[in-house]
Amino acid sequence: MARKILLEHIDVPGIQTFEVYRKMGGYEAVAKALKQMSPDEIVEEVKKSGLRGRGGAGFPTGMKWSFLDKKSDKPRYLVCNADESEPGTFKDRYLMEKIPHILIEGMICSSIALGARTSYIYVRGEMMYVIKILEKAIQEAYQAGFLGKNILGTDYSLDLYVQPGGGAYICGEETALLESLEGKRGNPRNKPPFPALWGLYGCPTVVNNVETIADVPWIINHGGEAYASIGIGKSTGTKLISACGNINNPGVYEIELGITVEEFINSDEYCGGIANGRKLKAVVAGGSSVPILPADLILTTASGEQRRMTYESLSDGGFVSGTMLGSGGFIVYDDRQCIVRNLWNFTRFYHHESCGQCSPCREGTGWMEKVLHRIENGHGKMSDIDLLVDVAKKIEGKTICPLGEAAAWPVASAIRHFRAEFEEHVRHPDSCVKKHLHREMAHAH
Amino acid sequence: MSDLIKITIDGNSIEVPKGTTILQAARMIGKNYPPAMCYYTPLKNTGGKCRVCLVKVSQSSEANPRPMPKLVASCLTLAEHGMVVENESSPEVLEARDGVVEFLLINHPLDCPVCDQAGECDLQNLSFEHGRAETRYEEGRREFEKIDIGANIQLHMTRCILCYRCVYLADQLTDQRVHGVIHRGDVSEISTFIQNAIENDFSGNIIDVCPVGALTDKTYRFKQRVWFSKPFDAHRHCPKCSGKSVLWMKNDQIIRVTSRKDKFGEVIDFICNECRFEHKDVSHWNIEGPRDMGENSVISANKYELPVVSPAVNVDAKFVSE
Ligand SMILES: Cc1cc2nc3c(=O)[nH]c(=O)nc-3n(C[C@H](O)[C@H](O)[C@H](O)COP(=O)(O)O)c2cc1C
Ligand code: SF4
Ligand code: SF4
Ligand code: FES
Repeated sequence: MARKILLEHIDVPGIQTFEVYRKMGGYEAVAKALKQMSPDEIVEEVKKSGLRGRGGAGFPTGMKWSFLDKKSDKPRYLVCNADESEPGTFKDRYLMEKIPHILIEGMICSSIALGARTSYIYVRGEMMYVIKILEKAIQEAYQAGFLGKNILGTDYSLDLYVQPGGGAYICGEETALLESLEGKRGNPRNKPPFPALWGLYGCPTVVNNVETIADVPWIINHGGEAYASIGIGKSTGTKLISACGNINNPGVYEIELGITVEEFINSDEYCGGIANGRKLKAVVAGGSSVPILPADLILTTASGEQRRMTYESLSDGGFVSGTMLGSGGFIVYDDRQCIVRNLWNFTRFYHHESCGQCSPCREGTGWMEKVLHRIENGHGKMSDIDLLVDVAKKIEGKTICPLGEAAAWPVASAIRHFRAEFEEHVRHPDSCVKKHLHREMAHAH
Repeated sequence: MSDLIKITIDGNSIEVPKGTTILQAARMIGKNYPPAMCYYTPLKNTGGKCRVCLVKVSQSSEANPRPMPKLVASCLTLAEHGMVVENESSPEVLEARDGVVEFLLINHPLDCPVCDQAGECDLQNLSFEHGRAETRYEEGRREFEKIDIGANIQLHMTRCILCYRCVYLADQLTDQRVHGVIHRGDVSEISTFIQNAIENDFSGNIIDVCPVGALTDKTYRFKQRVWFSKPFDAHRHCPKCSGKSVLWMKNDQIIRVTSRKDKFGEVIDFICNECRFEHKDVSHWNIEGPRDMGENSVISANKYELPVVSPAVNVDAKFVSE
């Protein structure tokens, strides 16, 4: 069994409650952070741990914390990004639902490190059941003296709030999240300035993903070096992976960064192999926005090495032959799956979720969706394929926020690796349409 | 230490104060300045949205000679000492700009022949420079009914490019903003808050800041093609605003009153609704003289001469070409 940091006690009955969580050693990190360490020492340990943001971009957390404007005399904020909207990614909600106190403890420890006196957990509004679980956990923590005034008798005080979001994917982008938290339309801000200088209400702010924050108590308890000793190279520690698609065991897994992709797909501890004895066709490794890779390239890099579940190995080869670890949403396709249909589905999502502020994303995502819809429904032309590539290129790198790229990369990579399938759709529109009709009828029965 | 920094844009260098954006520096140089559809100098926090002003920074600064990894919005990016920028000299920038113009034209009808803004429209100019002869877009386009948003203004949402200028103006110039952007993505639209009317004293200025013909002046619609009208600088003593306006004349009639724009198409003094909508009589104005429209304006093609005698306008002013 692999080492677990977040899910170690997941099966302990009652672990949702403060009492059981505390019995299993919970909230020790808060005591240690307050009584034995200075805030700077905590930041130092997080730096040593090599922990990288688990929300998608993988930016080193300790470094992000140290950018926080300490000279400012304004209040500082910690905001937890629990919006979790990337299609294919469902790890944060699992953690919050099953073991909410690990996030609350992480929020307290991280707030101590950053000198925040008020912190927020911004949760996707649809996840009302998660919001209720978190609110109960927060209440318990207040009652036990881990939140509120003079925590554990020290002069440190902290208030923690849960804020439901409106349920828009774009509100997961950190600056749109802050706008939304301020009660405004969730439009991403122009950067710079970054939140570390100009965040919530114009104050220095750190925005971190749920999983990132939940890792902090372990780092405080065991030290940054112990965390860094897990994993490979700059991919330290463990990572939650939400696996779905045509596999035997869909679910949320905690892996040690560095296991091979092949092991992750085939081992019974994780995905348990491709369902129904089918063949692996392709994988989207890090949530729907990362480039899709065909079977051979997801298992082996272009230079012939076994592909590993690390930031570096998955991105080996750049966008020509690589992809990204992203948020850890691992979507597996067997040989029956239609890439065009899948891509149309993703693109439909990005079209729907674009905030509409900047022209390339607002107009481009809709255009791509409509062309894909045509191709998928038997009305495509050969020239449409290059048109899609070109539209994606004209969005990528031209927008205010990375949603532009999130919409463009799937299109560019699907056509790069599966062009023949797009051409097939154009050449034989009938057979594709029929195939889908059959599948839909089979589902209906 | 001097607070001046040197920036080079398309080979032209200039020294500018710290805090100047690339776009402003380029405007100071006075040539090869990037176009701007959403940025508007007098309105705070505008910019960054339309992406027509993207430029390439091939050297970030003297201290950091590396290029910036992506194209940047020149309206928001501050100049650094020793920065080298490529605007029209960069094929990458021109390609991106072509792309943005193509995107903007997806849902913007080419109804210039009937649009009031024709001849003063930023998008028309841009499509002339960056547009294609044929569209690659074959899908359905957005359609909207025209909406009267108050007594003076009609909204043609089909033409709106969602630059947010009118929203920032309403936010910053009037006490109660009743309009904004609703929905998201390509179904976003400018709308008032539940059928509200935009009736505050300075609302007319949203027509002037609109870079396209989405917001039209109901007292002027269809009265004249702009290049056939004669603009005069004029003022009146107004208790609410500076009263500095442009009168647009058809023969001896004032058919439209607008605020004055600089050569970048931006209003310097916003005017009140009374000056704009209610004073269409020549005797109400002190006429200063014909308005200098600058070389690039289609209006300047119709050069007209006049000795104007205030307070009455010289009705004998003639187009040179006549
Ligand atoms: C369109 C978009 C959606 C995003 N959605 C999420 C999200 O749901 N959850 C999340 O943690 N980060 C999301 N991110 C990334 C955040 O902007 C930000 O990088 C992250 O929350 C930082 O936390 P980390 O450093 O701990 O990863 C999104 C980014 C973009 C561009
Ligand atoms: S890229 Fe898309 S989602 Fe991001 S700001 Fe622009 S329009 Fe909004
Ligand atoms: S109505 Fe005009 S000013 Fe307002 S957002 Fe649309 S294009 Fe911009
Ligand atoms: S003018 Fe710079 S993005 Fe619109």
